[in-house]
Amino acid sequence: MKLFNRLMHLCRQKSPFLFHLNSGSCNGCDIELVTCLSPRYDVEQVGIRLEGSPRHADILCITGPVTRNTLEAVKTVYAQVCEPKAVVALGSCPCSCNVFAGSPVIEGPLSKYIPVDVYVPGCPPHPDAIIEGIERAAKILADRGVTEAEKGEKQQ
Amino acid sequence: MNASFLLRFFLFPGLLFAIPASWFYVWVEHKAVARMQRRIGPPLLQPFYDFVKLFGKRTPSRRGIEADLLLLWPTLPVLSMLTAIAMLPVLFHSRGFSGDAILLVALLEMPSICYILAGFTSGSMFGEIGAIREAILSVACNVVFLLSIVTIAVTEKTFRLSDFAVVSSNPGRWIGVFGILLCIPAKLRLNPFSTSSAEQEIYSGSLTEYAGAALAMWDLAHGLEWVALTGFVAILVMPGGAWWLRAILFVLISFAEVLLLSTFAAATGRMTLDGAIRFYWRWAAILALLAVLAALYVRFLP
Repeated sequence: MKLFNRLMHLCRQKSPFLFHLNSGSCNGCDIELVTCLSPRYDVEQVGIRLEGSPRHADILCITGPVTRNTLEAVKTVYAQVCEPKAVVALGSCPCSCNVFAGSPVIEGPLSKYIPVDVYVPGCPPHPDAIIEGIERAAKILADRGVTEAEKGEKQQ
Repeated sequence: MNASFLLRFFLFPGLLFAIPASWFYVWVEHKAVARMQRRIGPPLLQPFYDFVKLFGKRTPSRRGIEADLLLLWPTLPVLSMLTAIAMLPVLFHSRGFSGDAILLVALLEMPSICYILAGFTSGSMFGEIGAIREAILSVACNVVFLLSIVTIAVTEKTFRLSDFAVVSSNPGRWIGVFGILLCIPAKLRLNPFSTSSAEQEIYSGSLTEYAGAALAMWDLAHGLEWVALTGFVAILVMPGGAWWLRAILFVLISFAEVLLLSTFAAATGRMTLDGAIRFYWRWAAILALLAVLAALYVRFLP
């Protein structure tokens, strides 16, 4: 069982699938995230892949300060990602609402609604920083999977 | 069913060969696209990591007939592809169940049918759009696919697969092989015929609602489709010889096809559905029909 857990840990860390959700971002961070997939940064080397459906994803990348319109979408999409999962807040907006703080249509910051694992601040963050954030989230996700499996074994 | 067929099903070219080969081909597919875009691309074991990881996901629990059907749809293509691969006469088996080209075509059609059914069963809007697109594309490309096989069958005067494996210099054979190669991108949902799994337009098409182990089975079915379709072409163009030489040639020719089709996919954009149908029905189907007529004429030449 230990060997199986170690294999699963390795595989989870090596193949993080992303789902990208824009919660009212200005598109700056979205462009930087897509840059990571381009030939210059090539995140496919470390197994990172952008998926079309939240059901396929492991890591939810959220940009934007969470506007009133997108709040329900954020909660729904978070619920649709299968366990074990991790959340990366991309840019300063989901961390602190950035320049939009105090606006009546902004419901953020993101951590009020869903648990955030990694913050990548910046306006927008550098693609290198985004890749490092996703790698850390993959590590957190793999560790979480192992602790949950061990907890399950003890309960049995 | 007998020992010879079981050996082929489980050892070569079946389970033991086909599953690692399917991961390898999927890796080659991604790597070729990456190299065409001047990227480095994924590591060799990436499809294996993805497969194991997906099995470790906890999927939402569903109930009723829908839950069983959603599990059945990816399982059927995996089994039918494994059977199709086991039927390929790579090593010139003379004993045991050998099957014919008609059964092979039926088995090769299973993934497409299951993909369509999966889209409608999932109840997702994007799944339904993907299923409709796949259904239309499948009707379009299958005309050419079947006509190509008929061309080969007419020139060889048989539907037996073991006779297909005997090399012939007949031009009908090569026209048929060319027709089959034209249809493989549509059957594998590769560019330029990838409208049914267009990720920027309709999320993941039929597979939008799939997660975890069932999704891993779909990925495996896709890899096995690669092995089966490229293997089918490989046995059509492979010269005879010792069994080990044939086994090596089978792998090499399949690999070359994967490389060719992936590079082609990376070099082309996605066609619209109308464009794809126009291509198959207006150009390819007419050529395939002419090929069949030519083959019939040559065969019944006085």
